[in-house]
Amino acid sequence: MNERPDDSKGVVLTPEQERARRSRSIAIALALGAFVVLFYIVTLVKGPGVLNRPL
Amino acid sequence: MAGTGGMTASALPAARPEPSIASVSDYLALLKPRVMSLVVFTALVGLVVAPGHIHPVIGFTALLCIAVGAGASGALNMWYDADIDALMTRTAKRPIPLGRVAPGEALAYGATLSGFSVMTMGLLVNWLAAGLLAFTILFYAAIYTAWLKRLTPQNIVIGGAAGAFPPMIGWAAVTNSIGLESILLFLIIFFWTPPHFWALSLSRANDYARAGVPMLPVVAGAAETRRQILVYSALMLPIGLLPWLCGYTSALYGVMALIGGAAMLTFAIRLNNADSENAAEQAARHLFAYSVLYLTVLFAALLVDYGLAWSFGRIAW
Repeated sequence: MNERPDDSKGVVLTPEQERARRSRSIAIALALGAFVVLFYIVTLVKGPGVLNRPL
Repeated sequence: MAGTGGMTASALPAARPEPSIASVSDYLALLKPRVMSLVVFTALVGLVVAPGHIHPVIGFTALLCIAVGAGASGALNMWYDADIDALMTRTAKRPIPLGRVAPGEALAYGATLSGFSVMTMGLLVNWLAAGLLAFTILFYAAIYTAWLKRLTPQNIVIGGAAGAFPPMIGWAAVTNSIGLESILLFLIIFFWTPPHFWALSLSRANDYARAGVPMLPVVAGAAETRRQILVYSALMLPIGLLPWLCGYTSALYGVMALIGGAAMLTFAIRLNNADSENAAEQAARHLFAYSVLYLTVLFAALLVDYGLAWSFGRIAW
């Protein structure tokens, strides 16, 4: 029978993979934060007319 | 999936893929930042010279959406073309051929950014600009990348339209319409693209031939490509002048367009008349470098012209 790899520890990341994942996570967090801030600022700029979008 | 389908089975991800080592810079590279910078600049010009008022925050949002949309279409292009990118020297170091980003990751990334950029443009700016942005992304990813690029030597002529839309999107962001002026800006980039790209492809003909991409130098040869570059450069001169001839700019822009267009034509004539392979290669490199400067100066002249007209009134000839 073929031996199956030991999956009991799950996927163990190398230091390089961990660093890359951390930098990607920070970038995604910053992008999402900027996205929320952008919508907040535009809401302030447009005021009550924020829902009036020309078609 | 013709593009990634072109990869060998061994290059496809295994049942349990290795955890990604892609860094943030790999994901930024997928956005083709150098192409994006010219896209953003031409879109900025379209936005600034458009009649009417746009709040700076909304204008910034429109440019951001255009930048992200352009980047997204670049990521989709790299996903689809991963197989041929791996075969060409110029593109072999892109994140997918290097194995740093998996094709599926690039596809998801491109599709997500496309959706976000179009929806944000629609919700925060207007839906005409959003529709044009969506059409541009679709045109670049589907019409140019997936269809024309591997089909015809006219790929870059028709596909070049994708790069010509950004000033029109900038214009639509302000006016919620498509004016004749924005169509002129479209035409300038549309006719500028073939000589710009063919000058590059002349020195990369072997790369394209190896990858099986029917670029003009591969299919029709270097001499015919040089002749076509000359024809398009000759067309560029009057087209560059159109905004002035139609009365939309002052003589300042007209003079800049005349000098810039004449210089472009001179570079094209030198390329066409080159008497040796080395001279032709050097002339092609010069033309390619100058073409970027030419388009930048042309659009910068529009900005300056607009600024002067705003500050001091139109300069009459």
